Order: sequence, then C-alpha cells, then structure tokens
Amino acid sequence: MTLLDADRTTWTPVCHVTQLVAGRGAAVLVDGGAVALFLLDDASVRAIGNVDPCSGASVLSRGLVGHTDVDGLPVRYVASPLRKQRFDLDSGRCLDADAAVATWPARVVDGVVEVGRQASPWSNGPETAP
Amino acid sequence: MHSSARPPLRLVVIGNGMVGHRLLTALADLGATQGAAITVVAGEPRPAYDRVALSSWFGGRSAEDLSLVEPGFFADHGIEVLLGDPAATVDRDERAVVTSTGRVLPYDRLVLATGSRPFIPPVRGHDGPGCFAYRTIGDLEAIAAAAARPGATRGVVVGGGLLGLEAANALLQLGLETHVVEFAPRLMPVQLDEGGSAALRRHIERLGVSVHTSCATQAIEHEAGQPARLTFDGRDPLPTDLVVFSAGIRPEDALARAAGLTVGERGGVVVDARMRTSDPTILAVGECAVVDGRHFGLVAPGYQMAKVAATHLAAEVFGAPEPPDRFEGGDLSTKLKLLGVEVANVGSVHGLDGCTSLIWDDPVGLTYQRLDVDEHGRVQAAVLVGDASAYGSILDRFRTGDAVSAPGELLKPTAPADPTAAPDPSTGICSCENVNRGAICGAIAEGCDTLAALKKTTGAGTGCGGCVPLLEGLLRTESAGPPPGLCEHFDLTRVQLYDLVRVRRHTSFAEVIDRYGVAPGGCEVCKPTVASILASLDNGYILDGEQAALQDSNDHFLANIQKDGTYSVVPRVPGGEITPAGLIAIGEVARDFDLYTKITGGQRIDLFGARVEQLPVIWRRLVDAGFESGHAYGKSLRTVKSCVGSAWCRYGVQDSTAMAILLEERYRGLRSPHKIKMAVSGCARECAEAQSKDVGVIATEKGWNLWVGGNGGMRPRHAELLAEDLDDATLIRTIDRFLEYYVRCADRLQRTASWIEGLDGGIDHVREVVVDDSLGLGAELEEAMAAHVEAYECEWAATLDRPDRLARFVTYVNAPDAPDPTVVFVRERDQIRPARPDELVGATR
Repeated sequence: MTLLDADRTTWTPVCHVTQLVAGRGAAVLVDGGAVALFLLDDASVRAIGNVDPCSGASVLSRGLVGHTDVDGLPVRYVASPLRKQRFDLDSGRCLDADAAVATWPARVVDGVVEVGRQASPWSNGPETAP
Repeated sequence: MHSSARPPLRLVVIGNGMVGHRLLTALADLGATQGAAITVVAGEPRPAYDRVALSSWFGGRSAEDLSLVEPGFFADHGIEVLLGDPAATVDRDERAVVTSTGRVLPYDRLVLATGSRPFIPPVRGHDGPGCFAYRTIGDLEAIAAAAARPGATRGVVVGGGLLGLEAANALLQLGLETHVVEFAPRLMPVQLDEGGSAALRRHIERLGVSVHTSCATQAIEHEAGQPARLTFDGRDPLPTDLVVFSAGIRPEDALARAAGLTVGERGGVVVDARMRTSDPTILAVGECAVVDGRHFGLVAPGYQMAKVAATHLAAEVFGAPEPPDRFEGGDLSTKLKLLGVEVANVGSVHGLDGCTSLIWDDPVGLTYQRLDVDEHGRVQAAVLVGDASAYGSILDRFRTGDAVSAPGELLKPTAPADPTAAPDPSTGICSCENVNRGAICGAIAEGCDTLAALKKTTGAGTGCGGCVPLLEGLLRTESAGPPPGLCEHFDLTRVQLYDLVRVRRHTSFAEVIDRYGVAPGGCEVCKPTVASILASLDNGYILDGEQAALQDSNDHFLANIQKDGTYSVVPRVPGGEITPAGLIAIGEVARDFDLYTKITGGQRIDLFGARVEQLPVIWRRLVDAGFESGHAYGKSLRTVKSCVGSAWCRYGVQDSTAMAILLEERYRGLRSPHKIKMAVSGCARECAEAQSKDVGVIATEKGWNLWVGGNGGMRPRHAELLAEDLDDATLIRTIDRFLEYYVRCADRLQRTASWIEGLDGGIDHVREVVVDDSLGLGAELEEAMAAHVEAYECEWAATLDRPDRLARFVTYVNAPDAPDPTVVFVRERDQIRPARPDELVGATR
C-alpha cells in the first residue's frame, strides 16, 4: 500500500512506532531494499540505507545513535557496529570515510512509520532504492 | 556500467604490495577502474599493508592496523583480488598470466609490481630452522613464534642497514638480547657517513643493542634443530637462539626473466620513464623495476612510478592521447625513526666533489649533523642523526636548488627547533606525498581534527609514516585538541563518573548526562560506558527500558557481530569442563543451524554464522540443554581456563578444575571496564597459562598463588604475583576485592595490565589496597561482589522467557521471514564461511 501526498512524495507504511526503541535503529524492507529506521529523542524518525558501505554488511540499523557538532551545527549519526564509521542520519554522509548511504524522508502518522519515495542527492549506496 | 562501445581494458596487476596497491588507488582516483576489468594476483595471503612500519607490529599494531586497503575498496571498484595464489608464468604470446593454482588470466595490459625479495647471504646454515627473513607479516609471525620458544633469549640480526635496524627494533620489542652484525665497518653505510654512523651506533648501544661491525658471517651452526651460534672470520663466535637476515634486497624479477623481458645487469625489469618494459603491453613499477640502470628501494619513488603508470593506463582506458607524465627519477632522501632515533639523509654524501661540509657533532647530546654545500651555497647533501628536525628545511633547499647565504643556520644550534614550529608554510612535512606545512595547517583549519582525517584529506603520512609524529604535533598545536574527558559529551573520565554514580546512586543515563554532561545527546562512547557503570553497580538485566538504547550492539543482541553482520554464539563452559552430552548438544545445535564451529583459546566452543532472528531459537536449544550465556560479547568475565589438576594429573597438587569452575560461576556476568580473562593451574608447570591472564591462580603445596595483570594479545604482559599460598577462602576474598577495585578505578577499555602499569606504585599499590586493606575499602569491595553474585542471572534465559525482550531479534521488523541478501556463505573444509568480496563479484556479475 502506498500513499501519494501533496508534493508528490509517495509514502509507504513500514511499521508501528512502538516497534522502535528511542535511540536505537531497526531494519525494514521497502520494495526489496533494506532501510534502517531510527527513532530519535524528539520522537522524529530517520530512514537511511541499511548497508554499511565500508563493509558491505547490512547492519547500520544495529549501530548506536550519537550526537556531535560538524562546523558548529548539530549532527545526529549512527555508528556502524562493525568498524564504528559514523553516518549522518540526515544527509547519509559518512563523517569518517569517503562514503555515503541513501536517505529517505520518514514520518510518523497516527503511530505508523512511513518512508517516502524521494532519495536524497546522496543516494549512491548499494541499496535498491524504494 | 561502461557507457561507450569500447570494451573494458583487461588489466592484470601482479603484486599487491605498497606500490602495487598505490597503482590501484591512483587508477580509482582517476576514475579509470570503471572502464577496466582489473584483476590483482598476489602471493601473500593478505592485501597491501604498510611494510615500512613492519616493526610497529611488535609494538602492538595488528596486521589490520597496518593494512593500506580501505574497507570495501576492491568491491567498490570492481577489482577482483586473488590472494595467496602467486603468478607462476606470464605467457606473452597468449597475453595471459597463469597462477600457481592454474588459473589463467588473459590481459590487455599487465603491470608487474612484484617488489623485491630479501637477500640472504649464502653462508652455511642460512636455511636452517630459526633463521628468518624480514619482509612480510608472515616473517614477523614466524620470528615472534621463535622468540616465544622456551629458552629463547638472544637474537642476531645479520645486516646493519636500514632494514636491519628495523629488525633489531623488532627483536628488542620481543624482549630478546639483541645483536646486529654488519659486514661493513659501520652502520647504514649507504645513507650515512662515518660520523653519522658513529652517532647512530652510540644511540642504539645505549638502548642495549650490541653492534658488531666489520664482521663477515661464516656460518650459522645449529644444535638440536635450533640455531646455536654464528661463526665469523677471525672473531669469537656469537651465541644466539634465532637469526634474522636483513642484508639487503634484490628485485623480484623471476617472472619477467622467464617471460623473456629485458632485465638489468644487477637484476630488475628494465623500464622506460613511462614504466613500460621491453614489451609495450607490460609495465613494471616499484622495487622490481630498473630505470636508467637505477633500482629504487624506497616507497616514495615507488609511489611516483605507480602514479605515472596509472596515468598512462587511465589514458588507454579512456582512449585519450598519451599523457606527458614521466618518472623523473626519485630522490633517495629519507627521514626515519630507527629504534627511536631520528635518522635522515638528503641526497648522498658519498662521492661529492667540490663541496664544503659543515658538521655539527655533539657526542654528549648524541647529535650529528652534516650539511654539504657547493661553491654557490646550494645544498648537495646532508646527514642528520639524533635530531632530524632540520630535515624539512634542508630538503626544501635541496629540491629547489636555491643558494643558502648562511648554510650553518640550517643546522643546530640556530636552526628552528622543529619544523612544525616554523612559520614557513612551504616547509616540507611529508616527503613521500610531497605535502607541506601550509597544506596540513589548512586541512586542520578546515576541520581535520584526527590523524585519520588528515591522512585522508592531504595524503600526508600515508607513505613511510615517518612524518606521523609531526602530523600529530601539528594536530595538537593547530587544533583545539580533544577534551580530556570521556568524549565530547562528558568532561569527566570513566572513574570520576563511576564514583559519582555510586555515591549519588544515579540509575539512568538521562540523569547522568543531565547532571554531568552535555544534554541531550550522547554517543557510541559515553552511552555504553555509562550503561556498563550502571550495570556494574546495579547488577540488573541490562536490556530493559532506557538501557536498551545504551548498550553496544553486541550487548544489545547478546552475541558477537561478525564481518558480514551475522553473529557468533558462545555458551559458557565453566573451567573448560564439558560432559559428552553437553558436547553432543552443542554439536547438534551447530549441525541443525549449519553454524561454523571452532574451539576458542578459552576452552569453549564458538558457533559462527547465526542470523539475528536465529539467536533466540539457538539459545532456546542451548538453555534447554543446560547452557548459559558465555558473555563473549560483553566487557565482562570471559573464561576461567584450567588444567585437570590433582584430579587426574600426576603432578597436580590442587584441584584446579574445581577452583576454576567455582571462580567462573562466581564472577560470570560482572560488567567491567574491559573483558576479564582468568586461569587456574594445578601445579607450577602452569599448563593453564595463568601468568598471561588478568587473574591467574597457580596451585602450590600449601594453597594458591595469585597473579594479576597478565595479558596475551596485542601487548603481552607477564602477570605479577599479588599474594602467595592462600587458602580457598582468602583466595576468593582477595580476587573479589581485586576485581571490584579494578571495576571502580580503571578507565574505559583499560585491561588490568595497563591499569596496574598506570597506577602510582603499580602492583605494590594494588597489594596495599587489596591484601593489606590500606584504604579500608576491603569490606565495601567484598559487599559489592556479594551483591553481584546474588543478583546474577543468565541474560539469555532472562530474555527467552519474555516476548517483549525477544522483539528485537528480527532482521526486518516488517518482514520477519525475509532473508538478508548480503549474507552469503561459501563452504570451506566442510563448514560455512562468509563469501569474500572477490567471490561475491564472481557470484553476482
């Protein structure tokens, strides 16, 4: 099931927000591609590609979420559970290596987490784009 | 996908050493890997690593640390890599390389990057046991194994050149009495003059290395299958337990010779300035190549060759006209730190005519500096020993050819103390990559605040690594530097936080970060650290409520993540004692889930290849068979290894197995700053290797000796004796206090070995607190341990009973049954193993 909203983003419901733990991630399948979802402290959600480009393993949803500053701006990231490279949850860019993962818009509507179908300009990861 | 009609250029590269790999990264940087089908063939079992920094392997850098290959590099660029399968022949007529296992690799262009082989002088006994070369990580492993042999105390390095002194450093770090034997009358005869050699010799003799010059080795005599002594022409023999040859290198040109390519008079594949051999479809780079009759045994010229070759190959890939790039001939200037002594040379001081030498020789400060300038005041050569801080400015003048009006000012004592302190941005810092101070400072100003970031952005420090201390210095002086605390969210250390949490009875990360940190936030460093402190003090289930979000990934899934995202499972086997029924139960689980099975060093069994959703099912079976979590994933007690002791062994004096089981069941699950390993031996023969553990117990006629602070692994350390002849109750009380004191006082990820080393007073301080109770903490520490023992429960058993706790064990929340397509196994020796990138490439393309 998909929904089309006013700015022509199509939204796919993926899970209920209670299936996520604040500060951790969870992986979902969207059109055959693995997407890592993160529920943040402010109750917002982020969606990035689940495959860690530094290792090729589909593991980013299992990393720890952290906060840091880049150029004076706050950045929320996930650290890969394999070799701890950090990925910006908003842009998908890796803070520690020349790599990036895809990002998608994500939102919570009536307790349901939805992933939007507009890949960011950084979507060069190995994911099958939803 | 290649867009034009041009078929991809089939490129085969033989050798994945430093230069061979630089060729690949240069091709990738030029975007040429896409239009080419690249295959790399290498004899060594591991991809490119930093050969220049080999001796740091003994100082604790792992083979992984030394790797030059960015994770995912080969896969990202579609490069097929065949490791451990050396090229056997090059068939120029068919344009194909045949490997030792018979694989046939057709090529359009072939690059030889075969490097060099160590020169082993053909003295009698050179090929006997205990004699080694010094070139590969494999050599290092063999040397370390020989040095660990019982009774091995002395080592001799044959060769007093640059590599020989590196090898001497390795032997010194292995704790051997170290000798260097050099045929020439002095050390490093190629790079240094007499004065420089003498200063270097004084330095390294002071470190305890014995230097024997003008020494022609005649033979290595073996006794009982081990080296016994070296004999010399007209000198007393030198007793030794192992021999390392480091007497120079020879170009590895066997393939080229067999293929009929032109080779140099003294070996090496002859190439032109575009790195082309006598066959224009074949190029050669690095130490195997000879340009204008010269052979370059240094990494910087090798990298220049790789760049020239890559530029020309890229032009062919793109169908572009030939680029003008030529190899200009490398300069052999180097700066190194040998055995902690700075040594540098600029140009060559040998055979210079019409030059004036300025010499600063300080036998007290052990510094020797020589600068040669011609009649116009232009720098022609220099030698620096003991203090090479002037290297950058001298090299700069040497390269630009600018006349120096007062050359003496380049040397001590008027030279700037340190090029990192000099304001001149053109001062060279990294000579391998030709990066100057201005570029480094610019990168730091733009936010490169770690060595890794600086290397990635500027390339500096990625060659020989000699400039890394300078880079670190600039990072310290040019950037604000890291705060002293745990991470950017806490200015406090783990120990300070532990005390605050303990005294003020905080129970959540939210409280701790609100009170002492920068809230809201946290990161992958402070969250697990605080979670571990809370677990140490509270002893409860670690995955409920807020704690769920804090734990390291391994603790979160109660298993050890492996490279492909699958997990390994380790049931506890206390003391290493297991019933046949238990073994069968583990075997059946492994068989039913097709898990790779391996015996661990801690006397238990590791089961690999479990997908996250399989973990609860696997553990249900194991728990039902009577097993519990082995905490192999946690910063906590791992195992208590033991021998069979007095129960079976004719030498045993106490029941070491029973004691090991008692200790393992007492301390299992204790959350600590780092992992804890223990062992119990039933007699002084020490079969359980207790003196290499955090806590080691060795039986005596009267009771038990307690050793602490031992370590194997990266930095082996012998444990120290804490107390002798303890009865059972006193032994347990002393270990209780020791462990709780460690948990309370050690820093994050600090093992007992480095914790004790860092304590003022070392083991004596520990003994005062733990045995003599000098701080009056004894009862409190024992109480804390009693609370832990009381509260222990198996985390897996506690998880399996609760659906809410099991919810996390799915690969995809919205598709619990879907397999993860990135997990691909191949079978090897009748078991599964994750597919390597080259096997994945083969499988998917």
